[in-house]
Amino acid sequence: MDYLWAFIVGGLICVVAELLLCYTKLTAARILTIYVVAGVFLTAIGLYKPLVDFAGCGATTPLTGFGYALAEGVKKAVDERGIFGALTGGLTATSGGIAAALTFAFLAALAFKGKPK
Amino acid sequence: MIPIYKKDYKKYAEKTAQKSNVLVCCIKAFLVGGAICTFAQWLYNMFITRLGEENTRLLVPVVLIFLTALTTGLGWFDKLAKHAGGGTLVPITGFANAISSAAIDSKNEGWVLGLGSKIFTIAGPVILYGTLASVIYGVVLYLLKLAGAGGA
Amino acid sequence: MSKNDMIFKFENKPAIYSVGTVAGKKEWEGALPGIYDCHCDDDTFGMPTWEQSESEMQRLALNHALAKLAWDDGKLGLLFAGDLINQCTSSGYGLLDFDVPFLGLFGACSTLAEGIIMTAFTVNAGYVNAAAAVTSSHNCSAERQFRFPVEYGGQRTPTSQWTVTGAGAFIVGRRSLLDIEEKLIEAKNASQSQPSPLFTHVRIAEAMPGRSIECGMNDANNMGAAMAPAAGDTLLRYFTVSGTKPSDYDLIITGDLGYEGHRLTGELLAQKGIHLGNNFADCGLLIYDRERQDMHAGGSGCACSALVMGAYILPKIERGELRNVLFIGTGALMSQMSVQQGLPIPAIAHLVRLIYE
Repeated sequence: MDYLWAFIVGGLICVVAELLLCYTKLTAARILTIYVVAGVFLTAIGLYKPLVDFAGCGATTPLTGFGYALAEGVKKAVDERGIFGALTGGLTATSGGIAAALTFAFLAALAFKGKPK
Repeated sequence: MIPIYKKDYKKYAEKTAQKSNVLVCCIKAFLVGGAICTFAQWLYNMFITRLGEENTRLLVPVVLIFLTALTTGLGWFDKLAKHAGGGTLVPITGFANAISSAAIDSKNEGWVLGLGSKIFTIAGPVILYGTLASVIYGVVLYLLKLAGAGGA
Repeated sequence: MSKNDMIFKFENKPAIYSVGTVAGKKEWEGALPGIYDCHCDDDTFGMPTWEQSESEMQRLALNHALAKLAWDDGKLGLLFAGDLINQCTSSGYGLLDFDVPFLGLFGACSTLAEGIIMTAFTVNAGYVNAAAAVTSSHNCSAERQFRFPVEYGGQRTPTSQWTVTGAGAFIVGRRSLLDIEEKLIEAKNASQSQPSPLFTHVRIAEAMPGRSIECGMNDANNMGAAMAPAAGDTLLRYFTVSGTKPSDYDLIITGDLGYEGHRLTGELLAQKGIHLGNNFADCGLLIYDRERQDMHAGGSGCACSALVMGAYILPKIERGELRNVLFIGTGALMSQMSVQQGLPIPAIAHLVRLIYE
């Protein structure tokens, strides 16, 4: 069952982005930014955590899940460290993903040369 | 002798422009996006028994990011993304592709101001506004806690 | 008729003698396959960066054009060249090898028409015996500069156009210049079957430079719609001043309006009572097989009109199949910065009348 819900919820989150691409003039970079901020916001008002519990990777893999990780990290850090946690929590929780993306991108740049489409 | 009034022209040109087939686009996005998330779930289920929850939560996106960087370098990712649209954009794959494509593309302009700065062209705004939102959320949480403690 | 509605008539009828065309892989396999002088299967042309590939295409194109005439660069009095890359570096580097005074042009995708007009001015006035107009565009260098990294995976809208990879060099000379050489050429052509490597009947009769026009379009993914008002404006002025109508011409061909711009130009002129018929075509619609190659609204870029005009339309004029052609080079005069600042896109359209003589 967890596969089915991951598929459906993840797919639907992507369809929302596709509708934004089709019907608005929003660029891809703007949509990514909106998704991350929306993830933080939805987690803050308590809507995203239930979705993660329900759909697992269907909710954490889309970029809203990145926002979810930021928000959850901040919450935990504020509980532990007070106001300083507001500064450290988000990036601490997502540091692994960002470092991996930068590292692999750098390695890809070392290994590959650009090709025409 | 400009042939038409400006305001009307823009409206008219946009109204009559060819549109993408929204249904087909959405189905493709749904299938590809769903498949990526299902693959992520499969990775999760594989790792969770051996590595524990905290490491698994890190490793699943890392594997997806690695595969994206590899397929971007091989020139496969953009061929899939052309059809999938939102289906590859929104999962962490879109973020990883934005970073690795910028890195590969800009190394000719040098390692510091070329690759080093251009790598953040698309990822930068995501990290900036995501962090900003999380800091605001943290401050609000802290203030709420203060208010709650004061009230108690 | 106001003074700036003037049609420039070239009474000495400068001739286009030789054209060199260089194409990328998609163009070589497009709707007009294999008609260009040379191509490269990986679009690099042996160079380490896309910008250098584009320069190399300009060098190759002018070399091909000169080689067909068996000329060296000493016969050229002036070079007019331009491209899409910032500060026209593709032209600056690409033409380093040629020992010819060089005047850089920027007209975005209308650069070919602008270059032909400039060569016609200087040749007609007798300042030089021969001059060349050179231009190029490369899909990868344009994507990098105007849109996203080449490997970036994004979805293209149906109104977007594909920047053509290629270069063209057009050598324009005084009509009487080649009297002797023409005979040689004719002898040579007689022994060779088509396509003719040189032109002896293509003349530049008139030109009408365009004006910068914007109608509020600010969508960089719909350049055709941004350029259509400029094309409509130039055509309307030309028909009005010359007192002619579209059916007087064998072909009216625009540079790179694509599907959207082609349609809108027809509709704009129809509003003014000018009805373009089946003789109205667009290089951007001709160059690719839009369905098979998934090219959305068609081709664009400086090389779009250079390849189609140089390798497809001019040979038709040479053979006498077309005797009176209006070529309207279209260009969108925006930069990445102006688009990011949300400014509407100004466009330009230069008209050149080419005749068989």
